[in-house]
Amino acid sequence: MAVTESAGPPAFPTDFLIVIEPKRGWVGLDLQEVWRYRELLYFLALREIQLRYKQTLLGAAWAILQPLLAMVVFTLIFSKVAKIPSDGVPYAIFSYCALVPWTYFANALSLSGNSLVGSANLISKVYFPRLIIPGASVLAGTLDFGIAFLVLLGMMLYYGIAPDWGVLLVPVLLLMTMGVALGVGLWLSAMNVQYRDVRYAIPFMIQLWMFATPIVYPLSLVPERYRSLVALNPMAGIIEGYRAAMLGRPFQWDALAMAAVLCVLLLVTGAFYFRRVEKTFADVI
Amino acid sequence: MDKPIIRVEGLGKQYRIGARELKYKTIREALVDAVVSPFRRLNGNVRSAVEEVESHIWALKEVSLDVQRGEVLGIIGRNGAGKSTLLKILSRITEPTEGRIEVRGRVASLLEVGTGFHGELTGRENVYLNGAIMGMRKLEIDRKFDEMVAFAEVEKFVDTPVKRYSSGMYLRLAFAVAAHLDPEILVVDEVLAVGDADFQKKCLGRMREQGGRGRTVLFVSHNMVAVMQLCTRVIWLDVGKVRAIGEPNEITGLYLDSATTGQGERAIHRMIKGDGMVEFLSYRVLNKELQERPLPTTKEDLFIDVVVKAKERILHPAFGIEIYNSQSTLLTDINTREMGVSVSPLPKGESTLRIRLREVPYLPGNYTATIYAMNPQGHLYSFVENAIQFELRQSPLCGTTQLDHRWGCVFTAVEFTNLGMQNSL
Repeated sequence: MAVTESAGPPAFPTDFLIVIEPKRGWVGLDLQEVWRYRELLYFLALREIQLRYKQTLLGAAWAILQPLLAMVVFTLIFSKVAKIPSDGVPYAIFSYCALVPWTYFANALSLSGNSLVGSANLISKVYFPRLIIPGASVLAGTLDFGIAFLVLLGMMLYYGIAPDWGVLLVPVLLLMTMGVALGVGLWLSAMNVQYRDVRYAIPFMIQLWMFATPIVYPLSLVPERYRSLVALNPMAGIIEGYRAAMLGRPFQWDALAMAAVLCVLLLVTGAFYFRRVEKTFADVI
Repeated sequence: MDKPIIRVEGLGKQYRIGARELKYKTIREALVDAVVSPFRRLNGNVRSAVEEVESHIWALKEVSLDVQRGEVLGIIGRNGAGKSTLLKILSRITEPTEGRIEVRGRVASLLEVGTGFHGELTGRENVYLNGAIMGMRKLEIDRKFDEMVAFAEVEKFVDTPVKRYSSGMYLRLAFAVAAHLDPEILVVDEVLAVGDADFQKKCLGRMREQGGRGRTVLFVSHNMVAVMQLCTRVIWLDVGKVRAIGEPNEITGLYLDSATTGQGERAIHRMIKGDGMVEFLSYRVLNKELQERPLPTTKEDLFIDVVVKAKERILHPAFGIEIYNSQSTLLTDINTREMGVSVSPLPKGESTLRIRLREVPYLPGNYTATIYAMNPQGHLYSFVENAIQFELRQSPLCGTTQLDHRWGCVFTAVEFTNLGMQNSL
């Protein structure tokens, strides 16, 4: 076993030179540094998972209960009372299929948005690339997503819906969901350090965002002339993508492509903004 | 390999202080700021320029220094001298405002033991998490895990949540992780002030061992004995600047001498928290006769006269004081609000506040105090950490024995009486 290397953030050349000096304005992302600390990303995500359901009665069942209960409520209100159509699919599975990724997205967003403030003790005591903190929050939720997703598969079995080849796109869709969550999470978490208003705005924002996304209603319900406006919400394309993938409906490629572009845009701008204000975190937090 | 492992050139760090920056900004304020500040600049108003300067302080200024491989450098100085800021910049937690540092090796910083420890997680989980935070790889933690657990003497409890640990066990485990880091440069802040005497000895031993193996150690401490024992060179920081640098015995001697001479009126230059309605400007420490000399001593009254400046008349001010010994142990925290005592109104402008400590129970030695002012609801006007330093003179307290901090923290009159033979029932 090759364990002769010594400590620390690994893979430093032996006469590595670190220069510490004031940086002004925009700085590079230094993803290499993040890569060197990838194990910390893993451990922080693991900690969130380990802690999430400690001292709860139902434990990991919450991963399933959250989207499941929302589905029951939505089915009662929006399908039975408001008679919202669901494109010919049973409303329960129609909404649950959207709620699984949405619940993941909403949790990831609120966790990552508050993550820096919640890790103030780490930030003021140790150095590591701060990008890892919101990153770990986004990563940690994927386990819950996986569990809730299994229930979705069970429901599909129950309703006799067989997925077609589209299901192969689910990993891509998940990556896009993570990308949007991280992109927005980077913006929010960095702003949160300076402006604590963000903390109070996040729940409200998530709620509004949910109704702006075709979760309780199908995209087809939106009048044609507003479609391009809806496409500005990357989650709209992504959520419809999940439905297409799981329920064997046609993909809306243009909406998905738009979502992909927005996802990358959010990630890149979020990361650069984050890096720009990063240096003040320890002094302000 | 002749190049210094750390080269610091003209290092400076400026902090913004003052009420406006210290509160968490809200977006509204930022917007108002953005609109107003260009006009402020256009006005060219002299007064605002003065305020601008005053709202900044240099925690470090023009610090230059070379550290050679294998050196154990002690960093000493009063509270607020910039020691921690220097370590934070070196460990890349915060950025300098000016200057440059070249570091030729990996730095592990130990500004606190157990960073990231979580009570709900087991010892094992915490070791991995904490190790990763300190920059260890999983493979390395795997390899050293047993050694760390043995060092901390918690073998039986590795799978118990650390919230069930005694504070001693918790601390030992936290330190064990830190002690097994293997960086080229180790930056340590005062962690040795914790734990029981045996464990402290173990940690000191570990550090010495590390120094012996060619590791470079930067060590901040108030414990002069530890500094003299461990360090090969000492740097003395004073108000953000290098006051002296050199051989440990000499520098610690100079430092200790200076601590006993700085009498008279002394300035208070930092406001840490609060809205700034009240500011503490300066203070003097007086003995029971209200004189500066001789220094006050144990069991006598001590007076601190603080010059206070209020932005407007304050009808019901409340004041508080926290007193710490040289090991930064909190000895007293008391305020007029919780005592239910009222202080007469504070006039607008400068006035003097007299704080009287009745029959100070602390043993001779050096003390620091934090003072604060607030309204009756506890809203802070001003809170200044380590604003005040005072010394209690040696004096024979009981019989002819000179007691000092080595004999404890406080003086208690104790009587031993022989009550004769034990009666049998």
